[in-house]
Formats: sequence, C-alpha cells, structure tokens
Amino acid sequence: MLFFAQATALATFTGAITRAIALGCIYAVVALGFVIVFKATQVLNFAHGGIAMAGALFMSIMVNDAGFPFLPFGNPFVNGEDRPGVMVWILLLAIAMAITAGLAMVLERVAIRPMVGQPLFSLAIITLGIEVAISAFNRDAVNTPNARSLEFPWGTNFWEILGANVNHSYLVAVLAAAFSFGVVFFFYRSRLGVAMRAVAFDQEAAMAQGINVGRVFQIAWAIGGALACLGAVVYSMAPFGPQGAVSSDLHPVLAFRALPVIILGGLDSVTGALIGGLVIGSAEVLAGQYLSGYTSFLGVGYQAIVPYVIMLGVLLVRPYGLFGTPEIRRV
Amino acid sequence: MLEISNLEVVYNDVILVLRGLSIPVPDGEVVALLGSNGAGKTTTARAVTGLLGVHEGDVTKGSITWKGQDITHAPPASIVKSGISQVMEGRRCFGELTVDENLATGAFTNRANQKESYDRVMELFPRLAERRDQLAGYMSGGEQQMLAIGRALMSGPELLIMDEPSLGLAPLLVQQVRDVIKEINATGTSILLIEQNAMMALSIANTGYIMENGKIVMDGDAQKLLADDDVKEFYLGLHGNDEDDEDAGRKSFKDVKHYKRKKKWAS
Ligand SMILES: Nc1ncnc2c1ncn2[C@@H]1O[C@H](COP(=O)(O)OP(=O)(O)O)[C@@H](O)[C@H]1O
Ligand SMILES: [Mg+2]
Repeated sequence: MLFFAQATALATFTGAITRAIALGCIYAVVALGFVIVFKATQVLNFAHGGIAMAGALFMSIMVNDAGFPFLPFGNPFVNGEDRPGVMVWILLLAIAMAITAGLAMVLERVAIRPMVGQPLFSLAIITLGIEVAISAFNRDAVNTPNARSLEFPWGTNFWEILGANVNHSYLVAVLAAAFSFGVVFFFYRSRLGVAMRAVAFDQEAAMAQGINVGRVFQIAWAIGGALACLGAVVYSMAPFGPQGAVSSDLHPVLAFRALPVIILGGLDSVTGALIGGLVIGSAEVLAGQYLSGYTSFLGVGYQAIVPYVIMLGVLLVRPYGLFGTPEIRRV
Repeated sequence: MLEISNLEVVYNDVILVLRGLSIPVPDGEVVALLGSNGAGKTTTARAVTGLLGVHEGDVTKGSITWKGQDITHAPPASIVKSGISQVMEGRRCFGELTVDENLATGAFTNRANQKESYDRVMELFPRLAERRDQLAGYMSGGEQQMLAIGRALMSGPELLIMDEPSLGLAPLLVQQVRDVIKEINATGTSILLIEQNAMMALSIANTGYIMENGKIVMDGDAQKLLADDDVKEFYLGLHGNDEDDEDAGRKSFKDVKHYKRKKKWAS
C-alpha cells in the first residue's frame, strides 16, 4: 500500500517535472526572440506575441489548408488525408519561420525604422499599435469554421516512464529550445553576430567601424520573427495547446506569458531568457500540480498568476532582472 | 588628401559649432588639430566620418573632399570603405566583446584583408596578442586605447583620425601612444591628430592647426608652432597644472583671453 502510494507520487512527479521543463523550454524560445530584438535595437517589441501567432497561422495554412501564406497555389507536400511525415513537417516549419522572419523585417522597415532616433517609449507604443493590427488579422484568420490543426506528426503519442505519461511533444519542446539557443550562440560568434553585439553595446562606435546599423536591426527582427513562429508552433502542441491546433486562446498567452520570463531573466540577456523560461514554466506547472490542495480558496486556474508573483518578487530585488544589464548605456 | 573647406556645422538646427573651418590633410602627413575643451575638435572628426547625424548635427555650409570625391554627406560605412577611420574620443571599445571580436568589428568593411590587418595590429601591439580572448571592458585604460587604435587600423585606412588618444593616460603611456602614431604614419597612413596635449602632438606633426570656437585661429609648421611664444605660454600653462584640474581650467581661460588679444594685435 505504502509502495503503491510512493509509486504514484513518483509518477506524478515525473509527469510534472517533464511537463515543467517542456513548458519552460517553450517560454524560453518565445522570450529569446524578444530579447534578441531588444538587445540589438533597444525596442520593446510588444508585437512579439502577435507576430508569433501569425507564424503559427502560416504553419497551419500550409499543413492544414494545404496552401501557402499570401500565395494562391496549393502545397504539393500535403495531400489533405495523411499527416505529413516528420521531415516534410520540419521543412514546412522552416518555411513558416522564414515567412514570419520576412513579416517581422517588413514591419521593422515600414513602422520602426522611420522612427529611429525617437524616444524609445514612442517606439514601444508603435509596436503596441502593430500588435493590435496583427491581432485583428489573426482573429479573422483563426475564426474559420474548421479548427486549424498544425498536424504534428507525433500527435499525442507518449512514452511511459516511471509510471508517468511523458508526451513526445515534451522532447520536441526541449529540442526546439536547444536548436534556438544553439543557433543564437553560434550566430553571436559569427561576423554579423559580432556586429550585432557591437551595435547593442555602442551604436555610434559600431557605425564608426562601418557597420550598417539599419541592416543589423533588420536581421535582429528577422531572427526575432523566426523564433516567435517556432515558439508559437511548439506551444500549440498537445498537451499545451488544445488538440495541437492554433486557437485564439493562444495569443494572449504568447503575448503576456513571455513578459514575466524576460523581466525575470533581464530584457537583454540570452541566458536570462533560458533561465527565466525554465523558472516560470516550472513554477506554473509545479504550482498547479502541488499547491492546488492548499489553495483551493483561490479558485481554479490560480497557477496562471504564479509567474507574475515571481516576477514582482524579482523586480523588488533586482529591477533589471536576474541577468540583465543594470546601467542604461545610451547617452 | 583630405580637404575640409569652409565647414559650418550646426547641432539641433540652432547651435552653430563649426564656423567656416578649413583644414587640409596632405597624404602621408601628420596634421595636429589643437584646441581647448569645446572648441569643436570632436565635431570636426564627426563631420569627416559621417557621424554627425547620431548627434542631431548637420553640415550647413562648406564641404569635405577625400581623394577628390565629395564625402560631405556620405554615410559612415562608405566613408570607412573609402579609407578613413577614426579612433573615437574616450576609446569606445565594445566592453562586452573580446579583444579579437573588437578587432573583427573594425574589419567589417575590409573582409578581404582582415588577416593581414590583424597580423599587423598584433605586431604593433604585442600586449593585445596576449589578451585576445579577454573582454575589452575588463582591460586598463592604456590597453583599451591600444585596442581602439588597433580596431581603427583593421579597416586598412589611408587616413586615421585620432580624437585625443592621450586623454587620461599616464605620461609613460602617452609616450607609447606617440611612438605608435609615428610608426603608423611611417607606413604611409596620413593622420589627423586631435589633441589637447599640444607638446606631444606638435612633436610628431608636420603641420598644426589651433582651433577656438569652431574656427582656426592659428596654423603653421609644427616646429614653428612649437617654438612660438604664445603657443608655448598657453599650452605650457595648461599642462603645467595637470594635478590641479580646477586651477588649470582658470589659468587656461585667462591665457586664452590673453592669447586672443595678442592675436588681434598681430593681424
Ligand atoms: N550633440 C550636441 N548637441 C549640441 N551641442 C553639442 C553637441 N556636441 C557638442 N556640442 C557643442 O559643440 C561644441 C564643440 O564640442 P566638441 O566638438 O565636442 O569640442 P571638443 O572636442 O573640441 O572639446 C561644444 O560647445 C559642445 O557643447
Ligand atoms: Mg572632443
């Protein structure tokens, strides 16, 4: 009897901790895109959630509707009956990420670049405007009668580990984070990446080296867009997203859950995005699993506020986040 | 040959800072641009390297030509590509980048010869070679100045503009910077040396220009300027009081007035 109780406790823990890590990884990916843009351009991109959502929609247009975003012809990779194979699906995801990167670059060029030199506050407000505009577009797109499935090849498959059901999607989330942070790690050591870090540190000195700051901004937005798309797609996986489909519920989560992550980790810290994502994701899952017995007076769904409570706690002690840069560098 | 002619620069559309400035920098020479704080030396450097826009400044009159081309309103990247680079005032190393990465940014427009430039910089500054992987932000002022100069050399410039490279350095390091400038010039690079340390600058320059309130008030052969009583009095007065900044400031102000009076009388 005792053994049985322990076994269930272990199973519960295994289920919770794997789910916590997976959700943490997803948050980290979403936050990373935001951090890259902020670090390079000093712009708080409030449209990140909207861009992410658009990215997931682009993916659904390809795998669910067998089409191409913005283009009138069909998608030869998808036949509408069977799910696409893993390789095809990844190829399509890469295309969706590229299109989202393009969207982010266009937004930067059209709405942000002309405003360079204006107070950063004004720029942040402009991104809010972009967010509202994209959200309207996203809402119209999502509110079609058929659910916009993302046709994840692994669906809801799971492994049974220590008595717990561990979804394949958990592993995918971890791989997505490993890929994102790995790519950023190597990019930051490349010629363009070094230029981007130079721009982040001292824009004028970077210009004096002949670095084209506008181009660096555009690349930062492109990377931010691609990561936003990836984050939104993996967040739509079961059991996180409903049935592995894009839904309008996804959007507010993407827009607001990344906030405690980056504030916890620091707006301009890549490490902070990873640690912040893991802490916030874990806190949310573990609080939902283990505190519910004691906090029933708070009602259902209270775990959603746990990240914000942590965020407030960190802000009190370290206003610039755990890994953020304390001083304001710009003159 | 760099030719600054009759240049007028205005900040924020209202603050007139350069008032008809003319300075030629002949190929292969070291030209010293001297003047006290606020004279407009840094503004001149910004104008030549296309960085006025960052400070809401604009050239409203006059022109800057380089190798016969008008570069007055050219973007910074194309100016660097055309062979002009700058060691900015205050060094401005990228503190979160390593020494090697800082140098790599300097070669951004000069990919083809990055290796050669890098070897040359390492030869010139063995100290940097020892610290290749160190973050620039953790280095001493002298090392950062070496790095800033090395970074500016990475683009393989034909003209190097140096804005107060001796600022804040101990006398021994000032000597080192001086030697380095001579060495760079010896390989054929022209140098526009902006300095408050007139003795150091004139001792290696071919020609000197003294600037006040955005105008050249005196110019000539460096050796002659060095021997000139007015220059000597003004600058020796300034630099004889290095330990006591406040006193130095007062003294220089008085001397500037004295200097102006004489100048008027002379012309
Ligand atoms: N961005 C700016 N906006 C307005 N005025 C400026 C700006 N930068 C410099 N100035 C003014 O221009 C004058 C010349 O400055 P500067 O070129 O830095 O002189 P220097 O390098 O000789 O000390 C100073 O009076 C300074 O206050
Ligand atoms: Mg200056």
